[in-house]
Amino acid sequence: MIYILQQALNALQLGSIYALIALGYTMVYGILTMINFAHGDLFMVGAFFCFLIAVYLKLSFVPTLLLSMLGVASLGVIIERFAYKPLRNAPRVSAIITALGVGLFLENFTLALSPYPQHIPTLINSTTWNLGGVSVSSLQIIIIVLSLALMFILDFIVQRTKVGMAMRAISWDKTIVPLMGVPVNKIISLTFAIGTGLGGAAGVMYGLAYPVIDPYMGIMVGWKAFISAVVGGIGNIRGAMIGGFILGSVEIMVAAFLPSTYRDVVSFALLLILLIFRPYGILGKPHPQKV
Amino acid sequence: MNREILLSAKNLTVSYHSITAIQNVSFDIYEGEIVTLIGANGAGKSSTLKAISGLVTYTGNISFRGKELKNIPADIIVAMGIAQVPEGRGIFGNLTVMENLKLSTWQRKDKDKITLDYERVFSLFPRLSERKRQLGGMLSGGEQQMLAVARALMSDAHVLLLDEPSMGLSPVLVRDIFQILREINQAGKTILLVEQNANMSLHIASRGYVLETGRIVLAGTGKELMGNPRIKEAYLGG
Ligand SMILES: Nc1ncnc2c1ncn2[C@@H]1O[C@H](COP(=O)(O)OP(=O)(O)OP(=O)(O)O)[C@@H](O)[C@H]1O
Ligand SMILES: [Mg+2]
Repeated sequence: MIYILQQALNALQLGSIYALIALGYTMVYGILTMINFAHGDLFMVGAFFCFLIAVYLKLSFVPTLLLSMLGVASLGVIIERFAYKPLRNAPRVSAIITALGVGLFLENFTLALSPYPQHIPTLINSTTWNLGGVSVSSLQIIIIVLSLALMFILDFIVQRTKVGMAMRAISWDKTIVPLMGVPVNKIISLTFAIGTGLGGAAGVMYGLAYPVIDPYMGIMVGWKAFISAVVGGIGNIRGAMIGGFILGSVEIMVAAFLPSTYRDVVSFALLLILLIFRPYGILGKPHPQKV
Repeated sequence: MNREILLSAKNLTVSYHSITAIQNVSFDIYEGEIVTLIGANGAGKSSTLKAISGLVTYTGNISFRGKELKNIPADIIVAMGIAQVPEGRGIFGNLTVMENLKLSTWQRKDKDKITLDYERVFSLFPRLSERKRQLGGMLSGGEQQMLAVARALMSDAHVLLLDEPSMGLSPVLVRDIFQILREINQAGKTILLVEQNANMSLHIASRGYVLETGRIVLAGTGKELMGNPRIKEAYLGG
């Protein structure tokens, strides 16, 4: 029982990181019906920004987090503006190839600057409590609470604000939105900023939890977050959150009860099975109702 | 007529790659008018409205209150006072009725007047008032058309461009919508009404233009056009 509680806590931590990244995939898909395959690498860049800021600027956790998010968000906006926007009306495959190319560029650019794995310094002096046999660290709590807070803020923006309304309208039919007086390109930029900024936040938190970072760390995590988004129903924001937590739980549970090499194969297989029964994901709908 | 020209198109040409949709189209719309643009499928009616709204590129000129509209982004054109009710209504099915309306106030900052305008729109379309919280996608075709017109009103534009508002509606509903257009016009809005339903639109329009394969082939007052044998044969069912 205690073992299960312990694993549930770990699942919550991993799941919240997947969920944060999955949100970026789903927001961009929702608004542009495009998969930003560079998103996992933007997550990696977030971890590297965290490293750079912590080491060279010696800032504490909160400013490091905010600056890293801002840095990744700016990068996301620039990538959208110069790599994806010119292809908005091109065949879908061009945008996919471009996104993969941008991802490879980010990996190799980072590799060129940092050929060896880096170690993020301790930003949070984590204390660990023992609650009836379950060990809980303050770092874990911070990651989970912060991720949930970011998700609530995002959900509020999308469901309750005028900007969120515009995002949802664009996901329905972006050709009509300018007729409402809404500057579509600005909303798309903002969507990229928020989506990639959350990916950056995930990079920072992942880097705090697993402090050794390398330029390829975004590949596998990115794929898993992408699958989380698909499991939840790509384009659906709440779906991405649910998908992230499901994937995190499946992974942790499989690793807890089976040899650790089984982890990825079992979790991917479970997800494939889920998609057979719910091809549009848990909250997805066949209709283009997204975001 | 010595009224002010509000909206004017000169030698408007719209092409999609190699296809020319409209060619050298010119027209003037005066303050307070209802002008109708009639034409068969593919004549270029929607392309004309898209050019005005800044959704497609064109050669030639469009001016609004003497200001050249070319290169002005579509959202700013709405802010300047030109709203379009697009073909097929363009309701956001994933947004509620209220959200659809709210979105179209994007460019406005006059909070008090917005509140008044909601009241006005809901008294004009009581059905929408009853369905404020419903998703746009759940509305009937007629209700969606009303919502589309209501949205244009909420944007507080001075000129309304309507692209085939009668499409897919029963004759009774069409009559209702056209009656409302008339009321809106009497309350001060200038209207450019694109229609295939020439009978109804020529009735409420002060003037009309006839578009055939991308060119304007006839122009005149509503009455003149209704009496024109060519129009009678081609658009009014003989
Ligand atoms: N996006 C586009 N790409 C290529 N050709 C187009 C496009 N939109 C319209 N056309 C062509 O331009 C011409 C005019 O089309 P438009 O939609 O303006 O006509 P319309 O009068 O509104 O017709 P309808 O009554 O069917 O709505 C048609 O030949 C059409 O095929
Ligand atoms: Mg048309």
